[in-house]
Amino acid sequence: MGRELLQAIVDGILVGGVYALMAVGLTLIFGVLDIINIVQGVLVVLGAYLTYSIYGHLHIDMFAGLAITIPVMFILGVLIHWAFIRRLRGTERTSMTLLVTYAVALIIEGVLYKIYGADQVQVNEPSINGTNASIHVLGFYLGYIYIYGFILAIALVAAIYLLLYRTKFGRSVRAVMQDETAARLIGIEVNRVAALTFGIGVAVTAAGGMAFGATNAFNANSGYDLISRLLAIIILGGLGSVGGALAASIFMVTLESVVTVWQPTWAIAVFYAALILVLLLRPEGLFGKKAVRAQ
Amino acid sequence: MTALSRGAAIRGGLLVVALALAIAFPLVFTNPAVTQYGVFAMIFVTAASAWNIFSGNSGYVSLGNAVFYGSGAYALGLMAKGWNVQGTQVFDLLPLVGLIGAGIALVFGLIALHVRRHTFIVITIAVFFIFQLMAFNFSFTGGSSGLNSPFLTWQPVPYNQNFYFIALGFAVATVIVATLVRRSRFGLQLRAIRDDEDRARGLGVKTMRVKMTALVITGSITAMIGGVWFYYINQVQPQTGFDPLWDLQIVLMAFLGGYGSISGPVIGALIIEPGTLWLNTQPQFSGGYLSEILLGVIFLFVVLVMPRGIVSTGAEWIKRLRSRGRPAVVPAVMTEQAGAAALVVGGTASLQPQAKDGGQ
Repeated sequence: MGRELLQAIVDGILVGGVYALMAVGLTLIFGVLDIINIVQGVLVVLGAYLTYSIYGHLHIDMFAGLAITIPVMFILGVLIHWAFIRRLRGTERTSMTLLVTYAVALIIEGVLYKIYGADQVQVNEPSINGTNASIHVLGFYLGYIYIYGFILAIALVAAIYLLLYRTKFGRSVRAVMQDETAARLIGIEVNRVAALTFGIGVAVTAAGGMAFGATNAFNANSGYDLISRLLAIIILGGLGSVGGALAASIFMVTLESVVTVWQPTWAIAVFYAALILVLLLRPEGLFGKKAVRAQ
Repeated sequence: MTALSRGAAIRGGLLVVALALAIAFPLVFTNPAVTQYGVFAMIFVTAASAWNIFSGNSGYVSLGNAVFYGSGAYALGLMAKGWNVQGTQVFDLLPLVGLIGAGIALVFGLIALHVRRHTFIVITIAVFFIFQLMAFNFSFTGGSSGLNSPFLTWQPVPYNQNFYFIALGFAVATVIVATLVRRSRFGLQLRAIRDDEDRARGLGVKTMRVKMTALVITGSITAMIGGVWFYYINQVQPQTGFDPLWDLQIVLMAFLGGYGSISGPVIGALIIEPGTLWLNTQPQFSGGYLSEILLGVIFLFVVLVMPRGIVSTGAEWIKRLRSRGRPAVVPAVMTEQAGAAALVVGGTASLQPQAKDGGQ
């Protein structure tokens, strides 16, 4: 039992890294634009399908394919922001943006159904020494794809972190997160920052989708499950907190993985139960700032 | 006759005509394939109006009302099975289902009403998924195959007609409740919470109690209509009783018609539900994904082109048409100035929301 438990913890941390990448994108978008991007879930699925097609039809290595999928997803993100998000203003903006992103998600999901059908698929990547290849480290089975996915995810999260804290663009992003009006007053082009942030937040789903598609069977419908987990993660971590999203995703996914050892059927409920419990004690999430006047 | 009383008379007349049409509908179109549309439409009118009582008035957008709907369906099925209730006596259980819905709303509210805005919406989704999972995993709910209802010995034609009138009764009652809420002090308090919750509390509104009361009303109505729906289609499964698309649909109905108004959800439901049902019967739309895309497109159109819904935007268009009908009152020279004034007004209007955004 102890051995299974340790294996579950290791698995949880590795998968949690991939969730962290997707959640960081979501929480960044929230921090800058004050919206919850429901599309994120189905975009991960889109990223997985893109990888599936590029690998299946063009026979390009999955990781090399990211050179195509990341820019594609970035442009898609900027387009979604340009076409729908930036037009929404006024008092009902919170609910409106949520509904708009939900509607975009529905459309993308419908298109994916039309193209790929409802059957579940999985990206098989024999280029990493066979699909089920794994290595033994101290007696643990570690799938290559999990390790590479984890490394990739952590590298990208680190890159986003550097972008936020070591560049001029990052400084303007953080300024907009703190106070949009003040940022506008000191000459930051808030709309440009918002569009680019939305693009970056969406672009990570290309890598997240690749890792997700290589480790799970999925269809167009898988986005719902993903987005509800991601939402639980970013709320638990505190909306807008990059570090919080990172910590919460590793914590939640590991917790789920551990519970699966005893109770596979109830494991997903742990996600939401943990979220509700934490929010009853700390309504602003684990790492969130207390809103001075949350209206 | 003053404009106000004339407006009230027109509105009253329209209501009577609408009700007469609603009652006449199943008697004129007796084909069960047609009346079926009516039954589902009335179920959704009830559910969307019930959603609007809490979410439309308070501004707390709930994406988890299927919790009440599915629980109502399961509660009715389990009680009928456990106590061996058959036939029309099953309908006597509906008040009990309403009570159960109220109880669930109470727990739901205790969990979700501590948080606001985005967090509230996400919590409603989380609670929704927990309920769906429970329906899947508990043994007494029948797992993924769900529950079957007791048998009802009605012939096809009166079957649909009877269910239509039951659902219509619920729809009318819900609209009456919504109107009473809107006109009461309680409704004012709810809308005060929507505009500025902290200020409302500062002015002495017991915000938690007010929100909870509204949620309990919404929950019990939604549970009862969920029970009616279950008995009508004779079965419920976890993915049909607790359906994320259902949640989205009723919100879309409310927004399409007019978020927060009484007639909005009714009109939205009457347009969308028969529309989707019809689309799903068309062979070229088979598979469901095209109606899904269409639902998304309509949604985007509504939010971006007429964000205040058909009722408000329609009223605006009618007003504009009327003022265009009497151009002689406005001198020709004035039009240019009026245009300039409109520009100025438009300019400030486009500036204001930006300032508001910054304040958030």
